[in-house]
Amino acid sequence: MSGLGGRAAIVGAGATEFSTEAGRSETRLATEAILGALADAGLPVADVDGLVSYTIDPVEETELARGLGIPEIRWSSRVPYGGGGSQGVLLHAAAAVASGAADVVVAYRAVKARSGRRFGAARAGIGPSSSHSGTTAGQWCAPYGVLTPASWFALNASRYMHRFGVTNEDFGRAVVQLRAYAATNPAARCYGRPITLADHQASRWIAEPAIRLFDCCQETDGSVAFVITSTERAGATRAPVTIAAAGGAALLGQEIATDHYSADLSVMAGSAALARRLFDRGDIKRSDVDVALIYDAFSPILFMQLEGLGFCGPGEARDFVADGNLSPSGALPCNTNGGLIGEGYIHGLNLTLEAVRQLRGGAANQLKDVRTALVSASRTGVLLTRLTR
Amino acid sequence: MTDASAPPPVRPAPAITEDNLFFWEAARGGRLVAQRCASCGLLRHPPRTACPACQSLDIEIAELSGDGEVYSYALLWHPRSPRFGYPVIAVLVDLAEGVRVVSNLVGIAPGEVRIGLPVTVEFEPCEGDLAVPVFRPRGEAA
Repeated sequence: MSGLGGRAAIVGAGATEFSTEAGRSETRLATEAILGALADAGLPVADVDGLVSYTIDPVEETELARGLGIPEIRWSSRVPYGGGGSQGVLLHAAAAVASGAADVVVAYRAVKARSGRRFGAARAGIGPSSSHSGTTAGQWCAPYGVLTPASWFALNASRYMHRFGVTNEDFGRAVVQLRAYAATNPAARCYGRPITLADHQASRWIAEPAIRLFDCCQETDGSVAFVITSTERAGATRAPVTIAAAGGAALLGQEIATDHYSADLSVMAGSAALARRLFDRGDIKRSDVDVALIYDAFSPILFMQLEGLGFCGPGEARDFVADGNLSPSGALPCNTNGGLIGEGYIHGLNLTLEAVRQLRGGAANQLKDVRTALVSASRTGVLLTRLTR
Repeated sequence: MTDASAPPPVRPAPAITEDNLFFWEAARGGRLVAQRCASCGLLRHPPRTACPACQSLDIEIAELSGDGEVYSYALLWHPRSPRFGYPVIAVLVDLAEGVRVVSNLVGIAPGEVRIGLPVTVEFEPCEGDLAVPVFRPRGEAA
């Protein structure tokens, strides 16, 4: 177990509705989710002394704290890499709690990714830094019309497909499973809207040959927040979830969605490094994972993480998925909320929410006897377990 | 697809910074260049503030042949910016000297693009009296 393993716990979770038009600001959405998380934890605002988010976040910590009435903030941070850093909020929160730098840390993210600034919009003139996004690579793409995360990642995915003979239809099989989960999740943007493989293959190309429309996450308005404190203190709360391991791995050459300069783009070396952080130091094995939540901004990223994280070998995700392993009865039930593709894109933090729900019980697609959950955002990730009292 | 009767869209200018100015100035003059470490000789792109291998701050500018091959590609159909024609043919080109660039492929039908295609550089004008390096098929692929 790493130094942080088991020393901090998620004691509260909160979220707004996930919609196409929230009709209120990101700061207001974050405030609502945080108040929900504190109520869930049974802790007063006055106990909060830490705030953690990640980059491409328009919410100012100062304004958030003023609105909530947090008397004193002792610890605050933002994890780089945008959504790739989403699970890093738990690493930072756990580190703060374990070191004594803070007692009660709130981790949050709010987006208006549909009604506000859409991640998928084609904005020309991307500069060397976009809202402190953790990357400077956009400047080398923008003059070529490579303007969106889908187009950036398609260049990686296309090489992956070429090396292993993977087709877009292979990706479609995972999407059909994600949409089946979303269809029975009332919180999901795609609730009640399952698709077939033929539907997937009929959706229009976004970035050929890798990404069709149905391979993309749902740009969404909404917010998710968590309250993290020490496991000692967590024992007195309603339904704590232990942060058994938390890790981050950013390798030389990696950017965010763009990773165009590493020698071999057909593998996600960062995910392999993350898996070493999570699995090699602890007593939790891959086979112990009862549910996996894997960052699926686009379906090929899911395949490449399954391989990078070591749930199957290089090039084997195609068969792993086709064999039904992501389903409730499979070897690795995955993105049971529908994922970012089916439930919505709260920049990755709704995956963590689903992990907490599965561990506590009461998820829309509740699995049986969930003891260990993995959340991977490719370069940051966590292993969460039920807190044994 | 773009309207054949409409004037071709003008490619937007790259964002110029103190760190990348040398690259775009060379491109305006029809030259493809990259940083080379003056200490250990490592060629690198995109530009970095120091050598990631030896940490030297001394930089040389190396002329590149402009020949390479397509490492990966994607035909970008949506969403569409009025500044480009669609599909945009996005490519990663591995240059002969060992660095990789993001670019576009020209002089080829979208359906003919493939990984491993030999290509060579040329330059297209863009906004701001600048130019950007793009690639077209080379040799028997041309």
